[in-house]
Amino acid sequence: MKNSGTFSLRAHGDREIVITRVFDAPRQMVFEAYTKPELVKRWLLGADGWSLPVCEIDLRVGGKYRYVWKNDSDGREMGMGGIYREVVPPERIVSTEVFDEAWYPGEAVGTIVLVEHDGRTTLTQTILYNSRETRDAVLKSPMQDGLTVSYDRLERLLDSRGREALSA
Amino acid sequence: MELMGYAMTASDFLDATFAALSDPTRRAILARLAKGEASVQELAEPFAMSQPAISKHLKVLERAGLISRGQDAQRRPSRLEARPLREATEWLEKYRQFWEGNFRRLDALLHEMQTAGRKTKSNKRMR
Repeated sequence: MKNSGTFSLRAHGDREIVITRVFDAPRQMVFEAYTKPELVKRWLLGADGWSLPVCEIDLRVGGKYRYVWKNDSDGREMGMGGIYREVVPPERIVSTEVFDEAWYPGEAVGTIVLVEHDGRTTLTQTILYNSRETRDAVLKSPMQDGLTVSYDRLERLLDSRGREALSA
Repeated sequence: MELMGYAMTASDFLDATFAALSDPTRRAILARLAKGEASVQELAEPFAMSQPAISKHLKVLERAGLISRGQDAQRRPSRLEARPLREATEWLEKYRQFWEGNFRRLDALLHEMQTAGRKTKSNKRMR
């Protein structure tokens, strides 16, 4: 995959998780893919076997959004939603987010920033939790349990990253 | 959380772990230690780094609970402490895969959108 090397996900400061990713497309297009329900339903799915039958987006400050994922084989559902705090097309969205069955107290605030350079778009997606304790509770929870695929074994992870570092 | 004899809070500990893991040399050291314990000298060779530089990295790793050091005064071999590393990396790896899967689908969608956009324009403008 052309862009897989551009992906980074890390814990940041006391209360944040930060994801960055480069897309080979102009940011107007990435913004649309993030904000038009018929497009969001095509990609924001997590693991194979899940779909996003409910995707409602009222893209304005104070507007609500709501997502419900469904496991197509056993019918399990997982929902989340929130309110838009800032909407600046095609560069910035700030919204609250709460999962229906939250494993942590309170709501988090998600910020999406899109920067275009030479026809490519860098996405920075930050999730700010309401306290350090909450962020760490998220770190320790079975995050997105129903939606995740199994992860690589630790040895493989270390091995590949170690090799990258050695050959760098 | 009581680990490595330090009275660290869970979040102090995770911060230390992630700070330790953020450095490629330290990840490479951990990868080397996954194959077995090693002295500072043994670690310094393949990395082409001075022993004091390696020692500095080892201190960070030790503070994060990712390695322990042997008592042998001469060698003080370092060994990987797998559990805290696993705890710290498991969720990140899950979360990473969740988003990587999403982003791969988004790549495909964006590609499709661009192709569709080009088709509606004149063929002459196609590259």
